[in-house]
Amino acid sequence: METKKPPRQRDTRDRREEGIVSPVEGFNERGRKAAGDKALHDAIQLFTHKSVAGRNAVLNALPEAPELRERAYGIKQRTMANLDRYLEQMADAVEDRGGNVFFADDGEDVVRYIGELARRRGAKVITKSKSMATEEIELNHRLEEDYADLDLEIVETDLGEWIAQLAGDTPSHIVGPILHMNLERVTKILSGAAGENLPPNVQALAAFARKRLRQKFLTADVGITGANFGVAETGTIVTVTNEGNGRLVTSVPPVHVVVMGIEKLIPRFEDLSVFTRLLARSGTGQELTVYTNFVTGPRAEGELDGAEEFHLILMDNGRSKLLGTPFEEALYCIRCGACLNVCPVYRQTGGHAYGSTYSGPIGAVITPLLKGTDEAKDLPHASSLCGACWEACPVGIPLHDLLLKLRNHQVEEGLAGKGQKAAFKVFENTMKSPALYNISRKAGRLAQKPLLKDGSVKPVPGPTSGWTGSRDLPPLAKKSFRELWKEGI
Amino acid sequence: MRVALFVPCYVDLITPEVGVSVVRLLRKLGVEVIYPEGQTCCGQPAFNSGFFDEARSVARHFLDVFEGERFDYVVCPSGSCATMVSHYYPFLLEERPAERERAEAMGGRVRELSDFLVNVVGANAGDLGARYEGRAVFHTGCHGRRELGLLEEPRELLEGVEGLELVEWPNEELCCGFGGTFSVKMPDVSTAMADEKIKALEGSGADTLISGDSSCLMHLAGRLRRTGHDTRVLHLAQVLDPENGGGK
Ligand code: SF4
Repeated sequence: METKKPPRQRDTRDRREEGIVSPVEGFNERGRKAAGDKALHDAIQLFTHKSVAGRNAVLNALPEAPELRERAYGIKQRTMANLDRYLEQMADAVEDRGGNVFFADDGEDVVRYIGELARRRGAKVITKSKSMATEEIELNHRLEEDYADLDLEIVETDLGEWIAQLAGDTPSHIVGPILHMNLERVTKILSGAAGENLPPNVQALAAFARKRLRQKFLTADVGITGANFGVAETGTIVTVTNEGNGRLVTSVPPVHVVVMGIEKLIPRFEDLSVFTRLLARSGTGQELTVYTNFVTGPRAEGELDGAEEFHLILMDNGRSKLLGTPFEEALYCIRCGACLNVCPVYRQTGGHAYGSTYSGPIGAVITPLLKGTDEAKDLPHASSLCGACWEACPVGIPLHDLLLKLRNHQVEEGLAGKGQKAAFKVFENTMKSPALYNISRKAGRLAQKPLLKDGSVKPVPGPTSGWTGSRDLPPLAKKSFRELWKEGI
Repeated sequence: MRVALFVPCYVDLITPEVGVSVVRLLRKLGVEVIYPEGQTCCGQPAFNSGFFDEARSVARHFLDVFEGERFDYVVCPSGSCATMVSHYYPFLLEERPAERERAEAMGGRVRELSDFLVNVVGANAGDLGARYEGRAVFHTGCHGRRELGLLEEPRELLEGVEGLELVEWPNEELCCGFGGTFSVKMPDVSTAMADEKIKALEGSGADTLISGDSSCLMHLAGRLRRTGHDTRVLHLAQVLDPENGGGK
């Protein structure tokens, strides 16, 4: 009897993530689109060049910068080693001044706290100053959704953030949220808000924004800010801004809410000067930002400004689990944006390609750490490990080493793909054995023979295509160095 | 002075002429050269992909091979592979004190080529009789620049090469986009980075691109060829080696 062979099952598994030389899904794709967008590319180049030139100029003029950097690292290191104590100290100091303190495990906790507060206050309008922590938890969106019955109007008041909000867009840079937009686009967005055509010039647009935002400042029931630093010994919240909107958010509305990542703490007031001397210099190339605001609790008797009610939300959202791990240094970040500006990858792709709130080198590090390492698996690979980020970081975070550790973590957690694992096992065995190494070389010479053309290896589908798709591949030499050596040089 | 030559695997396999030039340069300076034949690769591809166990095992092989020889220094014509041994072997073996010590001892003896020529031997291009006709830019590999701090050394050597005009190019400090397995895991972003360098190179009016790292050169040359450029692409050792005719 004839037995029919069962039809061969076609293997339809997606192997792209598996191979040692295959593109990683996600970032490369988004990055390619971004790199091909001329207007975006020009906008990124303009912003990053200007920021880097400014940064270099002001830091070169500050002879103590290297020493400050070391001190900054040391302060952060000591803070993290005793974070629970400093958090308590911070909370006590704020409560002593009549403020409220809430420890939030995650974004949901923050949303609920602020939502309920808004309900109790009968709030309608909420003004916000720029805050990456609230971007991280998508606060606006979630408040509007979860507390739809309150019909809240939440207004970003940092000009860039407001424009992004009007356009339904997200920030593409920690410091310059809409660097990806050109004047034409901004004019269009603001004209939409104005209900009339505004002239495409910065003064006119700023004048419109000022007028419109002024109304919001004056009618706001709650003001929400982030924090650049929280000083544990005094309970002081420090925010740095260039537009002065932060002051109107903290001092006009009767309620001020601060959403602060727990890693923003510094122990003492005197530590602050180390960071303020570095932050603006590194980020925007200024010696100091235009405004440095200090808020310590609600308005006290006899004080002229400040909110009636003050709430400090200390947000964890994945941070505390990094304490004491090889990734702890990721918490030392002061969000200056310097690592983005100098990053040759960011400079090609911009921030949105990272697909996360935080972009650039720090985004590639912190996103998988905060969200869980099986999220954003492409991001630890979104770096050539050139180390420009580490060199620029005012706190000296070895970002490229953290990316390496994250890649290793993926391997250890079994997230790297079987194909890759097998390939590197072969690599290991080959490189451990000079005999195998030589055999592989000979096999390689044979295999490439039919593919040689004009001194290069012809682009063909398969393992070399990641390279040959865009670059010529040089062939293996007729004789290796070791052969030439043996023959006598 | 006796040195052990550490020839990165891609130099061994793809551009062996770079290794040959290194041998000639060193001999010309009166340095005795040995080549430990058991050497293969420093393990960097596995390491920078996160396969630390595999990289550790290759690192041990490297240490075994080189510890078996007698020499004053290990000389390597690549800032990247030199850094792998001097900086990242100790990093990889951090939690194994005995091995870490071995790695640190070896790391202390590894010198990238320009570092060895300038800072150990005190050589200059004149001693070597180097000549090259052309207008060149120099690309410093990122490990050489940041981990090893070798900015001046290659330039000092090249400035002494007769006939060679070294020109500056914008954003010299930017990575070329190679990044080891990054170049194939993120090929499009990696290529966009190469294009940025090539734009700067075009603007400089240079006809030659020189680097101390053949891996950066392989990436940039691959892109230059694909985009129809005839820029000459040479390793520092080839430019310094008169017998190589400046690599022509
Ligand atoms: S990691 Fe360093 S350079 Fe990057 S944003 Fe944070 S503090 Fe700035």
